[in-house]
Amino acid sequence: MADAFLSIQHVKKSFGDVTVVQDFNLDAAPGEFVSFLGPSGCGKTTVLRMVAGFEEPTAGKILIGGKDVTRLKPNQRNIGMVFQAYALFPNLTVAQNIAFGLRVAGVNRADQDKRVAEMLNIIKLPQMGDRYPFQLSGGQQQRIALARALAPSPKLLLLDEPLSALDAKVRVSLRDEIRSIQKRLGITTIFVTHDQEEALSISDRIAVMYQGVAEQVATPFEIYNRPSTKFVANFVGTLNVLEGVVADKDQGTVKVGEGQLAMKGKFNGHKAGDAVTLALRPEAIALGDYPGHDQKLSGKIADVHFLGSVIRVKVAVGKDIVSMDTFNKSTTPPPQVGEPAAITFAARDVLVLH
Amino acid sequence: MKKGGHWWAWLTFFLGMGYFIIPLVATFEFSMRMKRGEYSFEAYRVVFASSQFQQTFTYSVVAAIFTIILGVLIVVPTAYWVRLRMPYLRPIIEFITLLPLVIPAIVIVFGYIRMYGTNSWLPFLGTTTGTNILLVIGYAVLALPYMYRAVDTGLRTIDVKTLTEAAQIMGAGWATIIGRVILPNVLIAVLSGAFLTFAIVLGEFTMASLLNRPAFGPYMQNLGANRAYEPAALAIIAFLLTWGCMTAIQFLARYAPKSANRPN
Repeated sequence: MADAFLSIQHVKKSFGDVTVVQDFNLDAAPGEFVSFLGPSGCGKTTVLRMVAGFEEPTAGKILIGGKDVTRLKPNQRNIGMVFQAYALFPNLTVAQNIAFGLRVAGVNRADQDKRVAEMLNIIKLPQMGDRYPFQLSGGQQQRIALARALAPSPKLLLLDEPLSALDAKVRVSLRDEIRSIQKRLGITTIFVTHDQEEALSISDRIAVMYQGVAEQVATPFEIYNRPSTKFVANFVGTLNVLEGVVADKDQGTVKVGEGQLAMKGKFNGHKAGDAVTLALRPEAIALGDYPGHDQKLSGKIADVHFLGSVIRVKVAVGKDIVSMDTFNKSTTPPPQVGEPAAITFAARDVLVLH
Repeated sequence: MKKGGHWWAWLTFFLGMGYFIIPLVATFEFSMRMKRGEYSFEAYRVVFASSQFQQTFTYSVVAAIFTIILGVLIVVPTAYWVRLRMPYLRPIIEFITLLPLVIPAIVIVFGYIRMYGTNSWLPFLGTTTGTNILLVIGYAVLALPYMYRAVDTGLRTIDVKTLTEAAQIMGAGWATIIGRVILPNVLIAVLSGAFLTFAIVLGEFTMASLLNRPAFGPYMQNLGANRAYEPAALAIIAFLLTWGCMTAIQFLARYAPKSANRPN
């Protein structure tokens, strides 16, 4: 990316013989919100800590605003960071916590007070300046931590699983608030999370990581709908898996259970008789004919769960079970278990997993 | 069976209390008998009026203050660094800080006399100031087990690594981190260590005596060898001072900052 604000180039990190991050690359545009998503131990926090300067890369370069910061200390990088454990200074009041970075930078007292008031307004806690961290709830503490990170106007904001320690309701509201503040300030942000819903809902782009490698870096839409690897497909969202055998690679036909699909161009790398794994998102499947759906498989209703506005239906197709959600319509009763059923979907929504 | 256990517990408690309090009461009672036929604080008046008491007490208080400063300067950064970057060194550091408890003070001071005599490359004992400095260093060594444990316990109550990183990322250097973030959060623990150090220095005899310094410990010993009622008064005064220090530790512990750096 020519206009990248943050550029992580071929970064590698090893601890002794163990390589935690291998050849990680990412370019983030100014004002972009990028999430690192992956399971525990995938290396996402290590990459973030290398950007912050807490860990030194074994190889590779990190550039912020075009400047190589790879060997700079954390206090020389002008970065704001929010930690999972809040990390507010227990001996300082909220106002003193927010002013900490400004005080270290030698900003005069009047400007410090002005900026603290401004930040308290941004996080919607204007009356909390005199409180101590232990007098605040978890959500309030994390907002203060965000204000403290943003107060010195950093070039880059790093968020290390900032919502993990909060309860579900606070997590959702704070997530939206973080995104809204980030957009308003236009600050380039890296957000580490293992929660796919969080990553999908607030990111401009997501880097899905596995075993120290960025498996795919793309928009939430692409990550969800066009996963490039089996890991990404399995890790993000719910996936139905169908086992098939290629019948004719030129025609793109594949046998699934008793049925056959024709998806030209999908199996170019295969030959007839190859076993293939096909994957489909639940929402890409419809019960019966549906406009735009060019593929059809027959099966039997295996299970039905009435969830109010949604009905979750499981259909047995050969040896595989396909799960799908349909909207509840008051005029149409839900299908009965054991009924024959046909599922349809579009060939473009079928993923061939590698 | 439970009731019997209860009874034994109270008996043990009262025996322990008796063992602790009876000599104290006896010493106090004896210290009040300086004037024939009546109880009075005459022995205390004599002790407080003595210029030697004032000089040696002042000397030991000043020495205690310097010992505390030296102890804090050595122990806080060491305990902090070990917790932050070198946790694998903790058992070794703990072992080193325990050594003054197993090596008698007399061995340490003879070592000092041999190492830092007038003919050595660092002749501390060549001047009075040098000897005073050596005495403070010796005191800091004697107080090390208490100071280190107090500070280390204080550091255990805060998330040292995350607080350090939070301060670092906001531009703080090491001096700011230790001075504005770490030290204020372990201040109560440091003060506990400081009061223990104060109590140790006030009563220390061996080092001050062998280095021939006019400290409170040798004064108490000298008085005990030559007078009758004043040593008892002095013992009560020393006890009250130590007890005052312990009370101050308990009192300050209430004001320890509540840790807010861990998720709820």
